[in-house]
Amino acid sequence: MDKLMSDLKTQIIAQLNLQDTKPEDIGDDQPLFVEGLGLDSIDALELIVLLQQQYKIKLSNAEDGPKVFKTVRTMAEYITAHQAQNA
Amino acid sequence: MSANIYITASCKISEQVIYKNGQPVFKGGKSDLAEFLLEAYRHFTLDYPKFHKMDNLSKLGWLANETLLRDSFDKEKYKPKDVGIVLSNANASLDTDVKYYETAKSIASPALFVYTLPNIVIGEISIRHHFKGENAFFISEHFDAGFIEQYVSSLINNNTLQCCICGWVDVLAKNYNATLFLIEKDTSANSVNFAKENLTKIHELQNG
Repeated sequence: MDKLMSDLKTQIIAQLNLQDTKPEDIGDDQPLFVEGLGLDSIDALELIVLLQQQYKIKLSNAEDGPKVFKTVRTMAEYITAHQAQNA
Repeated sequence: MSANIYITASCKISEQVIYKNGQPVFKGGKSDLAEFLLEAYRHFTLDYPKFHKMDNLSKLGWLANETLLRDSFDKEKYKPKDVGIVLSNANASLDTDVKYYETAKSIASPALFVYTLPNIVIGEISIRHHFKGENAFFISEHFDAGFIEQYVSSLINNNTLQCCICGWVDVLAKNYNATLFLIEKDTSANSVNFAKENLTKIHELQNG
């Protein structure tokens, strides 16, 4: 899980062009949106693209978005669960 | 010529040089536009993380506007609705349209899609400075100083606007050019009359 969260932080920075942010600046449980990393709705769409490109996961239910993309940890948990389901 | 309306500041960006009121204020060393714009952003120690997410057209217009307004604009003089933006260019958002089209062959990029309209640069400038006045983006083959003078004068003369940022912001592949003008009713140290001859003269300022 730690390795996955570390990879996710690097991928989020690259995907969202967060040039002034380093992976260590993003906490595992830090909210990604609004008061946390300050991401916006377009960033949310880019995170969906990231899941699709890097992990071949399509977010089937848009209503799951806020839960899945709450923090780096919730993203990692979703990816892990999805991968276990398809193993 | 429009009576009692003045060009109180100007900014031009072309060929890796940024001019403020006709004087070079930054000479870049990077020939790639994105790298040059980042170089200038860092040189002026600007702090606006959203800049990094913009396409080249918005970065160019945004940076030109930051240079235009710095030490030249008294925001306290105006209400948000008093300040408008009228821009023009030859290539609309084609530079980003092409890049978006490339991504759409696999997974289309939402971050690129939002920049596939030329007037997004106006939105980026407005968000930065909380401007809420009239705005428009026109496409023409060349900078049409006569049209810009006429259009902006009309907005100011009928009191739709008290102040307007206008000019040209164009990007296509390696070619780019931006000239912005701050148009106000009050004169200032560097002001010249808001006339198409002055717009053209500033726009055609050559590097060096």
